Amino acid sequence: MRNITLKVNGRAQTFDIDPSTPLLYILRNDLGLQGPRFGCGLGQCGACAVIINGAAVRSCITPCSAVKGEITTLEGLANEGTLHPVQRAWIDEQVPQCGFCQNGQIITAKVLLDKNPNPTDAQIREGMNGTLCRCMTYYRIHAAIKRAAAAIAAGTASGRGGVS
Amino acid sequence: MTTFTKIPRQVEELLEQWNGTHSRRTFLKGSGLLVVSVGAAAVVGPFAADASAQAAGPYPDPDFRQLDSWIVIQENNTATFYVGKTDCGQGTGTAFRQMMSDELDIAYDKTSCIMGSTDITVDQGGSGGSDAIQTDGWPMRRVAAEARRVLLEMASARFAVPVDQLAVREGVITVKTDPSRKVTYGELIGGKRFNVTLTGNNVDATTGVAKVKPVQELKMVGQSPQRYDIPAKVDGSLKWAVDVKAPGMVHARNVKPPVAGARLIAIDESSVRNLPGFIKVVSKGNYVAVVCEREEQAVKAARQLKVNWQKPATSPFPTSDDLFTYMRSATPMSNQGPAVKGNPDAALTGAAKVVEAEYDVPFQGHTAFAPAHAMADPSNGQMTIYSNDMKSYGMRAGIAQFLGMPRDQVRVVWMEGPQGYGRTAADDAGFEAAFLAKEIGRPVRVQWMRHEETGWDTKGPAFTVKIRGGLDAQGKLVALDYNARAADYCHVGYNEADTVLIAQLMGKRRATPAAGSAGTPSDMYEIPNKRTASQVVSLPLVWETPLRTGNLRDPNGPQITFAAESFVDEMAAAANADPIEFRMGLLTAGTTDDSGFKRARSIAVVKAAAEAFGWDPRPSPKPLDNGTILTGRGIAYSFRNQTVVAEIVEVEVNRRTGHVWVKRLVCAHDCGLVINPEALRRTIEGGMLHSLSRALHEEVQFDAEKTTGVDWISHPSLRHADTPARIDVVLVNGDPNPKRPDLPHYGAGETVCKPMIAAVANAIYDATGVRLRRVPFRDARVLAALKAARV
Repeated sequence: MRNITLKVNGRAQTFDIDPSTPLLYILRNDLGLQGPRFGCGLGQCGACAVIINGAAVRSCITPCSAVKGEITTLEGLANEGTLHPVQRAWIDEQVPQCGFCQNGQIITAKVLLDKNPNPTDAQIREGMNGTLCRCMTYYRIHAAIKRAAAAIAAGTASGRGGVS
Repeated sequence: MTTFTKIPRQVEELLEQWNGTHSRRTFLKGSGLLVVSVGAAAVVGPFAADASAQAAGPYPDPDFRQLDSWIVIQENNTATFYVGKTDCGQGTGTAFRQMMSDELDIAYDKTSCIMGSTDITVDQGGSGGSDAIQTDGWPMRRVAAEARRVLLEMASARFAVPVDQLAVREGVITVKTDPSRKVTYGELIGGKRFNVTLTGNNVDATTGVAKVKPVQELKMVGQSPQRYDIPAKVDGSLKWAVDVKAPGMVHARNVKPPVAGARLIAIDESSVRNLPGFIKVVSKGNYVAVVCEREEQAVKAARQLKVNWQKPATSPFPTSDDLFTYMRSATPMSNQGPAVKGNPDAALTGAAKVVEAEYDVPFQGHTAFAPAHAMADPSNGQMTIYSNDMKSYGMRAGIAQFLGMPRDQVRVVWMEGPQGYGRTAADDAGFEAAFLAKEIGRPVRVQWMRHEETGWDTKGPAFTVKIRGGLDAQGKLVALDYNARAADYCHVGYNEADTVLIAQLMGKRRATPAAGSAGTPSDMYEIPNKRTASQVVSLPLVWETPLRTGNLRDPNGPQITFAAESFVDEMAAAANADPIEFRMGLLTAGTTDDSGFKRARSIAVVKAAAEAFGWDPRPSPKPLDNGTILTGRGIAYSFRNQTVVAEIVEVEVNRRTGHVWVKRLVCAHDCGLVINPEALRRTIEGGMLHSLSRALHEEVQFDAEKTTGVDWISHPSLRHADTPARIDVVLVNGDPNPKRPDLPHYGAGETVCKPMIAAVANAIYDATGVRLRRVPFRDARVLAALKAARV
């Protein structure tokens, strides 16, 4: 057991915990967050994705002791109650079916747009390819990413875009 | 039986906090609430369906014959609809609100919908079979219409004005001659019970006195309000079944047999006893689970537990490479048919050209996006299971039976979860959580690991289909001989106490395993001489097998339609005919139609798909291109119940790698009355792409003792890169034919799964001249076929 301090969505907390514990279980079971979820435990699907240092990180295979940086989860994307443009686009485009994978889709899309504000179709396909959806909402996700990119570029959507 | 640890009733507080269900049950029991009388139409009856059950346990069945079980009007003039269905992500909850708000005459945004929890909603079976709108929409519409009627009667009494002198709009009733005299629904009955008894022999037949509105008077139906469940799925605020926690809750993980049919010899508990948080190893028969305080501890302990298993003496099944050889030579467990029309043997003998082909579809898994999970709370001698089970009512009954508890001491609280599509109709984790909770005496959360879910979930059955067809000298299809064979013996049922996996592993055996089914094509082709037959075969291992079959989104449809619609294409090619013109010839050869006008609607749907695609008539295959990328198009059509679908696929085939990309999809779809067009379009897109994943990627692979696909690498699924560049959906509804102006709402979703695999195969043939008769069309298989054909 060891004291591990994590800063999540702007708040720091210290846990007395086995340092090999995957970050996901702390986020879910100790902090009660519901955005990141278990999908495979192997880093293959993206359900558990969070943002650390501007990168989409698979929290199911990240030991909590290896985290160096502030963590932003799906719950932390909104800015004072205003949804991030990516989230807004997800609603406007009515993307989810069951919605269980959408944490990973939204987090990955947000990071993609932070790095490349105007991605081509090919860049969207490549950038999102490791994030799975079994309801196969991919077509609407691509439309939503383009919608969000346009909104961010036009500055019509508010929201600072979380931590990037 | 383990005695229950007394745990404070915090579970009730949690429930109330989330769903307001505590007050709901109090409401249903009618305690402490004002009872209103609505005149002669109201007959007050016993509220719970079974009075003795109500007396015995805390969770009696809500009575479907009571209007109050379905609709509650609040004082602020809003309405809550309680329905016995679950929404697997297709937006049925939104559709129910649209239909019911129309019938009740209340604004859509003044309504809400509660679904699927067994103690507060009537048992409409949960979801499955695309029947939510088609079947269950009717009692919902009728009870909403009845509530409107009762409210009008109440207003009539209040104003002393006949009902026909009253107008109602958005929950406000006015006197037509004096609109200043008005009253809201909330003022009439807000927070009180209707106490109106309904009639009907079963829940589907539930009705009051009022009639539903004609289609022309429905306002919200046909519009596309955004799905109400989506915002909370996007901002992270939704509590899913995976999120449920209770005081004292512990975590469990299963330890599955390493090979199918293995027998547990011994467990070395000392291998995990000293791990932090370890509580207990629970085992019975071949079922083994480890329980720990924290989740990651349970994961680690399950991985580390030493168990001695004895392999079975004989192989449980052939390898997946040998599967179809095995199936073709196996002695059937059951036969269906043959159904014979005309004289197919004579017609084939006399045919100018005979074509014969065999099509193979492997086992395909549900491979839900996240593994099976549930939390069970055994406090106070009752059992509450928090679950995403699509058939929560069946789970409740099954668990009660499995644990030997009275049904009314067991409830399932339905919450959202990952992709059902049939997997949660046999929801193992709920049974496991309840069993372990009873053993441990504390709330237990169970979640399968990825390798368990991919390896051990229920599978869609493997099919091998043999078809012969004969053309006459004019290229007309005059004979068809269809024979399907499915590996579907011991098909698991819906949450049955003796067929869920934990029951099987504990040694429960049903005297007669479920027969399973194979099935025949669903199309409206007129073929004068036809024979259809099917058989079900069994693999050597019948019980405790990772190849146990269950219902997978449109059960058997994609397999059968792959064979049937590929074969129609093969016949069109043999006749040197355009694939659509050939199909239209078969559809227009007959003149009689069924009550749902399915033949006429099939013609309209195929035409609409061709038009939307911009189909230019020519035979397949097209002349081979010179480049690396070969392009082609293919069509397939089918129906399910009364819903008709035609899909056209445009493919790019890379002749160097064998990679297939479906560049464009067109779907023409007729499910009768459409409730929410935009939600329907997304459901169609998702269903088509799910079937596309089955066409291109999905196969359950196994050696002679275990499944070898255990994650997303060894068992691939469709990815972003596979997504078509363009999808066009044409809703062919609202047919102006005066003979059928008011088609009812049919089931929409599963039908779109049927034609996709065949449409892809037909497009690959058009592009390459190579006919693929074995699913899935992974790169290596396609490349081998191209090379064999020297393409």
